[in-house]
Amino acid sequence: MSLSRLWAMSRKEAIQLRRDPRSLALAFLLPMALLLFFGYAISFDVKDIKMAVLDQSQTQHSRSLIEAFERSGYFRVVRHIQRYDDTDRLLGRGDVRLALVIPPRFSQDLMAARPAPVQLLLDGGDANTATIAKNYADAIVARYSVTVLGGGAALTLPVEAESRVWYNETLESRNMIVPGLIAVIMAIIAAMLTALTIAREWERGTMEQLAATPVHRLEVVLGKLLPYVGIGLVDVTLAALAGVLILGVPFHGNALLLFGMTLLFLIGALGLGIFISAAVKTQVLATQVAMIVSFLPALLLSGFMFSIETMPIVLRIFTYLIQARYFITVTRGIFLKGVGVQTLWIEGLAMIVFAIVGLTLATRVFKKEIA
Amino acid sequence: MPVMSEAVHVSDLTRKFGDFVAVDRVTFDVSQGEIFGFLGPNGAGKTTTIKMLTGLLRPTSGSARVAGFDVNREIPQIKTRIGYMSQLFSLYADLTVDENIQLFGGLYGLTGPRFAERRDWVVRMAGLSDERRRLTAELSLGFKQRLALGCAVIHEPPILFLDEPTSGVDPIARRAFWDLIYDFAAAGTTVFVSTHYMEEAEYCHRLALMNRGKLIAMDRPIALKQALDEPILRLETDNTPEAVEALQQTPGVIDAAMFGRAVHITVTDESTAPDAVRATLAAAGRTCESLERITPSLEDVFVSLVRREGGAVIG
Repeated sequence: MSLSRLWAMSRKEAIQLRRDPRSLALAFLLPMALLLFFGYAISFDVKDIKMAVLDQSQTQHSRSLIEAFERSGYFRVVRHIQRYDDTDRLLGRGDVRLALVIPPRFSQDLMAARPAPVQLLLDGGDANTATIAKNYADAIVARYSVTVLGGGAALTLPVEAESRVWYNETLESRNMIVPGLIAVIMAIIAAMLTALTIAREWERGTMEQLAATPVHRLEVVLGKLLPYVGIGLVDVTLAALAGVLILGVPFHGNALLLFGMTLLFLIGALGLGIFISAAVKTQVLATQVAMIVSFLPALLLSGFMFSIETMPIVLRIFTYLIQARYFITVTRGIFLKGVGVQTLWIEGLAMIVFAIVGLTLATRVFKKEIA
Repeated sequence: MPVMSEAVHVSDLTRKFGDFVAVDRVTFDVSQGEIFGFLGPNGAGKTTTIKMLTGLLRPTSGSARVAGFDVNREIPQIKTRIGYMSQLFSLYADLTVDENIQLFGGLYGLTGPRFAERRDWVVRMAGLSDERRRLTAELSLGFKQRLALGCAVIHEPPILFLDEPTSGVDPIARRAFWDLIYDFAAAGTTVFVSTHYMEEAEYCHRLALMNRGKLIAMDRPIALKQALDEPILRLETDNTPEAVEALQQTPGVIDAAMFGRAVHITVTDESTAPDAVRATLAAAGRTCESLERITPSLEDVFVSLVRREGGAVIG
């Protein structure tokens, strides 16, 4: 291991990176674009669900039920329809997600203290939204029933849950998305950027010249890694700043801890990228493999989009092999909960293991033999 | 301490790729300060041999010592003592002249004033004093190759391996490149060079001829040509391919082969052969514009040696 050779490699890699517009765009524009795109456009919150109403009762009672829906903030009545058949058409076209049908006998039944059924028709095409909409609607109807039972006055039920949400009080999905997204972006950047780096040397024939010098393969791997670690740390800073300043995500934790953890994560992720690049030896293939083994798992299996607890057991076991899973826990913990090393040391340890494995793989597969 | 009179010592060196024997029990020595040439068609095993001697490829069997170190066990020691230039231009095209020099200077462990001195030497040698900040991609092939040579010898290695260093450059640039090689050899550097250009092979002090992984002859170029005892006739005719075909059957003709626009005919007897050749041409309806005995070229030597081995030239 020679520092002068390591420095020569790193310097060369940094200069090449600086002259390559494609890598620069990948390094700096893509993270920002993804962050703003996901931060603004994708929201797992359900608000202003469009609904249609068929009010066959046309009474004080039916009108106050409809009002209860509108007041909740979750629903917006966009259509008042006259015929039952219209519900089919509106739901089918996706004009509304939900239709509320109040039968003609609604008011009489209520007054007679008989069960007064109303019908909720839901568009199950988007199961996620439908489930949430159904829960909201059930709650509104239940609360309305309680009001009716009390004859308009507030009625207290024997047992009532007082729930309070911690860490993300307003249940804004953006607050969950942005810290998670930082982890996903780092995974993409790390694997995509480095996937090109060794494959390019093979394709251009420069690897042969490099291999003929006394440079050790560990010096090549580390030398290539260093500039990308720098980019990764700049990216995480920019993404965190954008998340807090532009998207209004809270940051409760320690920035230094975030840097330290990011560094651990990057070494593992970059090592994996270099490993892929050295193993497949062509840029096109390396990019594709990097997408499949880093980007997709980071997006789908890390807990970013889908909760790990609800996955089938086989996938759940598999997620332990996804490095991004640990990093997402770290970023969410630091951003939203402000937790420290005493809570995140397991994730830190896991990422140290990934870093060692990544570097070992990259160095091992990187043979200097040129056929 | 290794003895340094032999810069390269190769013994029964073999490399197989699966069933294919790329280099087949090759044995030779190269002395210090010698320009040793490897001549043969593409696929003859020249590059594979050089890669084994530079530590880029492991031998399947056999042994070799380079600068006194074993290619099977002491590759790191070898790499600090050799310079290597591959047949493809392999500097970084997206780095400037200076940045490439700096990279290789760094990789060979040069620092401070010694690096500055060597960098200036490389720039001067390559004739790139005014182009130091230009991207390497913008240089002409001739300059790229001189820069590649400069980067390969920046650490002043005692042994220099050049794998078809001048392929693709024009004859003037090639001649200029060989002037540099002579300078290195005169300064005591051992130069190991492979080529498939016959004219270039003539510049070497000693020459090894290679075909199909085997070494088929090794000597000074002049000695190789003198050793060829069969006379060679050079024929110019109006239809070369047809003449070659007709002459293959002529009594007293060992072989006839196209050499550019002419035909080189290897014969058994210089006194009787010309008449037989003329008779064959007349019978085939071909003209005989000129027919004369020539001194064999290295290519004649090569073709003749391959024929004696009973094999075909590949490439």
